Amino acid sequence: MSVTPFRLPVISRLRREAIEEVLSRGLRIDGVRDPFTPRNVKVEVGVIEKAEGSALVKLGNTQVMAGVKVDVGTPFRDTPDQGVLTVHAEFVPLASPLFEPGPPDENAIELARVVDRSLREVGAVDLGSLVIRPGDKVFVVWVDLYILDHDGNLFDASMLAAMAALLNARLPHYEELETGEIVIDRSRREEPLPLRHRVVSVTVAKIGRYLAVDPDFEEESVSDARLVFSFDETGRIVGIQKTGEGALSIEEITRALEIAKNAAPVYFKALDEAVPQPGA
Amino acid sequence: MKAEGVRLITEEGLRHDGRRPEDLRPIKMQVGVLSNADGSAIVEYGKTKVIAAVYGPREPPQKFMLLPDRAVLRVRYHMAPFSTSDRKNPAPSRREIELSKVIREALEPVLLLEYFPRTAIDVFIEVLQADGGTRTTGVTAASLALADAGIPMKALVAGVAVGKVNGVLVLDIDEVEDSMGEADMPVAGAPDLGLITLLQLNGVLSEDEFKRALDMAWRAIERIVEMEKEVLRGKYGLAPAQEQGGVEG
Repeated sequence: MSVTPFRLPVISRLRREAIEEVLSRGLRIDGVRDPFTPRNVKVEVGVIEKAEGSALVKLGNTQVMAGVKVDVGTPFRDTPDQGVLTVHAEFVPLASPLFEPGPPDENAIELARVVDRSLREVGAVDLGSLVIRPGDKVFVVWVDLYILDHDGNLFDASMLAAMAALLNARLPHYEELETGEIVIDRSRREEPLPLRHRVVSVTVAKIGRYLAVDPDFEEESVSDARLVFSFDETGRIVGIQKTGEGALSIEEITRALEIAKNAAPVYFKALDEAVPQPGA
Repeated sequence: MKAEGVRLITEEGLRHDGRRPEDLRPIKMQVGVLSNADGSAIVEYGKTKVIAAVYGPREPPQKFMLLPDRAVLRVRYHMAPFSTSDRKNPAPSRREIELSKVIREALEPVLLLEYFPRTAIDVFIEVLQADGGTRTTGVTAASLALADAGIPMKALVAGVAVGKVNGVLVLDIDEVEDSMGEADMPVAGAPDLGLITLLQLNGVLSEDEFKRALDMAWRAIERIVEMEKEVLRGKYGLAPAQEQGGVEG
């Protein structure tokens, strides 16, 4: 059952008014940004050697780590000729006073599912080439998102971390035994994980009458609603999620899309710097 | 990626069930269908059948869930085990947990929760038969059940999904179109407030397609909310003219 959040951070009315007031002048509460510019973003890959792929993303003070683990498993019955991709998110209690230990809550589940869909629907991971024996043995790719520090906009940071970790991932060597059993040797990582697209998500918050990209924690806390747009490298929209208790007009949604589209290159650039495009 | 080779739009431009791209499925609505609930409704979009019940405002079982300045809204979207082709495990899935959240956030913008501090309003949505568009049908059923329960609302909400199959944008997609299509975009909104309250996109659309899909959904939502008003007027014996200053506020 989903319940109206009842343990929210206290943001004073003065602070809320200040956030809106600076937005009305085309500025942000951090004194640095305008409404259309994301915070500084840094993507680092290969931060966890034991993982087949990993990344640490810093978006302002928000930090998200992603790890990719690859196993051999059985495909889903309805997709015998495809590998398996699974995205999970953990809101680790060390990341925020709002996070409690325990199984993923609706926010963690929503985050993981939005990232999962944005990757899956466009076919970012080429699942068709992850088949070892059709209908029997395939690679299973786990993407685990670890929220380490929550200063707002976990969606964009998590999407970047997931994408960077996938780009960083290499498939382990495997051998088929005479018994038919498949064994993998994680010490030998060979082919890169086959990817077909680069995807980023861009979040735009509605705060009173204003729209602002990449909200920090305070902005997010006073926002009415947020729109998360996912794009592939060609600019197609590969996922959308409205999140938050408020509502938006069609005109606001159209403007938010424009803002998101114009901010996406910032994230793509951070991704390309961490993991250069082949041939670049 | 999913639709290769499957034809879901005929050469005449009709869909697999004979509808044109901009057609809704036949919609049925009924309010006050349960005796215990404070409000209830059953809504069908074609073969999709969803029942919703509202309890409250009432004291929640766990007092820590209260807010000092308004009611909390508690929403559960759940699918009956027999609602799908393969039996659905009745334990709440990750999908149901997410959808409960997005439906709650689709209803909160229209509810005057500040009228009932320190209480809970519960909305239970059960999908009895799933044939695509269950969350949006659920929003429509919840809107009717809330109105039937007499919960003060700024406006009614309704939902509908727009999809893309064989490159064509189609309204109110069913399960076949959802599973074989290139995109599924559930939308809910309150036309009387000019606000979209739920928006998701599972799939791939160009910017232009997205704008057209949103427009299609919005026009359908306007029609569905009119149907909701008609059903509520029928139940409460109000002729359209008597409605002055009522729901339209």
